[in-house]
Amino acid sequence: MSADRWYAYVGVALIALALYAFLIHTHLLRRLLAFNVMGSGTFLILVGLAQDGRGVDPVPQALVLTGIVVAVSATALAVILVRRLFATSQSTSLPEDRPA
Amino acid sequence: MLLPWMLVVPLVWATVAVLLEGRSSALTRAVHAVGALLHVALGVALYIAIATGGPATHALGGWSAPLGIGLRADGLAATLVLLTSVITAACGAYFMVGERRAQFDGTSSTRYFWPLFWLLATALNGIWLAGDLFNLYVGLELLGLSAVGLVALGGSEASLSSALRYLMAALLGSLAYLLGVALIYAAYGTLALPALAELITREPMTQLALALMTVGLCLKTALFPLHGWLPPAHGVALTPVSALMSALVVKGSFYILFRLWFDVASVAVTPLAAQGLGALGAGAVLWGGWQALREPSLKMLVAHSTVAQLGYLFLLFPLAVGTATSAAALATQGVLLHLVAHAFAKSAMFLASGTLIASVGRGGVADLAGVGRYMPMSLFAFALAGVSLMGLPPSGGFNAKWLLLQSALASGQWVWLLVLLSGGLLTAGYVFRVLRESFLDGPAAQFTATPRAYDWIALSLAVVAIVLGLASRAPLAMMTNGLPVMGGVQ
Repeated sequence: MSADRWYAYVGVALIALALYAFLIHTHLLRRLLAFNVMGSGTFLILVGLAQDGRGVDPVPQALVLTGIVVAVSATALAVILVRRLFATSQSTSLPEDRPA
Repeated sequence: MLLPWMLVVPLVWATVAVLLEGRSSALTRAVHAVGALLHVALGVALYIAIATGGPATHALGGWSAPLGIGLRADGLAATLVLLTSVITAACGAYFMVGERRAQFDGTSSTRYFWPLFWLLATALNGIWLAGDLFNLYVGLELLGLSAVGLVALGGSEASLSSALRYLMAALLGSLAYLLGVALIYAAYGTLALPALAELITREPMTQLALALMTVGLCLKTALFPLHGWLPPAHGVALTPVSALMSALVVKGSFYILFRLWFDVASVAVTPLAAQGLGALGAGAVLWGGWQALREPSLKMLVAHSTVAQLGYLFLLFPLAVGTATSAAALATQGVLLHLVAHAFAKSAMFLASGTLIASVGRGGVADLAGVGRYMPMSLFAFALAGVSLMGLPPSGGFNAKWLLLQSALASGQWVWLLVLLSGGLLTAGYVFRVLRESFLDGPAAQFTATPRAYDWIALSLAVVAIVLGLASRAPLAMMTNGLPVMGGVQ
């Protein structure tokens, strides 16, 4: 198995783990971290699978770079919203996820 | 060449909006009014250029694929660009009037409205005009982030939690889409839509990629049963934001799904999956309609109605995959007309509802008693929009449902007829429920006067939804110009 293929498999494992975490956690910061891990897994697949047996390819690397920028912006927005939510409601989870 | 300007103009105005923060409101209003008019003018110019000259492409900055960004516009894209410019202008005008009258008071963060508004317009135009799968992803993310920001503007606990719920759904949806893009690139080595349309074959890897992208996009389009995030997000937002969300934002992800299934990967989709999407669409029509019927709050009622109306869009899949070409053509026309008519009708309905709520001072359907006498214009705009949503003639909604009905008959799929009929009945049920409450004689309530301009904006949008029923031939010919032939038994 080539190293590139290995990256892609690791990406699949990361996505599976992160999806599980995303679904079971109610703390919004934990869900945000899970989303970021999921994003990293996707990027590994994007680069690993495309370069598998074909050598270095600049296109998926450029795509991942853009993807990282998007993920960072999304994370920043989410963190601001979580902070605002905590300031107004003293809670770090959505209303439907709070214990009664 | 007009294509790049459709992205440059809203992006420049987004930047200017940030710079203008804190300046006098007269200057801000003038700048944004000029921007909105310029945006509409460019939309009209692009529409005419594509209508007369046929589909066009453009490589941004002279850089061609794979590293450059390619734009392309056919009849459908040009129509949606024009639709975006008109609806955003109407919602922007409504916001301007309301802000001037301090009707959105208590929400200090409305100062972020204009930058997010223009970013939303940029993202929408970017999606309509994108020429490759990755720029569709970037457009989708930008659309999601600016929409979440707009929903959060209210600043209350309800709007913040709605925005966060929306953000989680949007992020999950776009990651599923990106994963599909990764698989497609690994298999074919390109992401340009025209090149993929030639290369794609029917193999398991492609179908897995398509399945991932479809699930992600359905989550972002709030297809039943993945619609839970939509009613609170659309119902809690400021009125002009709700109108933008329901009229345009949810259509962005549907448009990508449409391009994927019928333009890019039509050889890889299966009738079984199409029937499944149709069944979920039918579920949305019935469940959304039922929820709207029982909903106590007016804006949430309109938001549930969006869930139901989005369901009709998904009837396209069973009617146009694996059916005869003639049935598929009818279904395509019906769904595209429904998309445009719903954009006008739903934005009119949200704006009219916002006006009614501003006048009554409370947001419940039951609080409307007596408002019919005091606010006839707003209620008339609401009712006209309701006519199109119900599918009564003459209206764009009627023609759209008529075309879908014809397509269901032509392809012998009677079950979708039942969905169309019961959906219409449910819609009539919740629209008449609002009208009935408004005509009841209530206690001598204190109504607040609202600006005349509110009613004119909502009424103009509703009238367009009606006029689309009298003159739907030209926009239909435009939207289907340049689309590949659909259907044909595989």
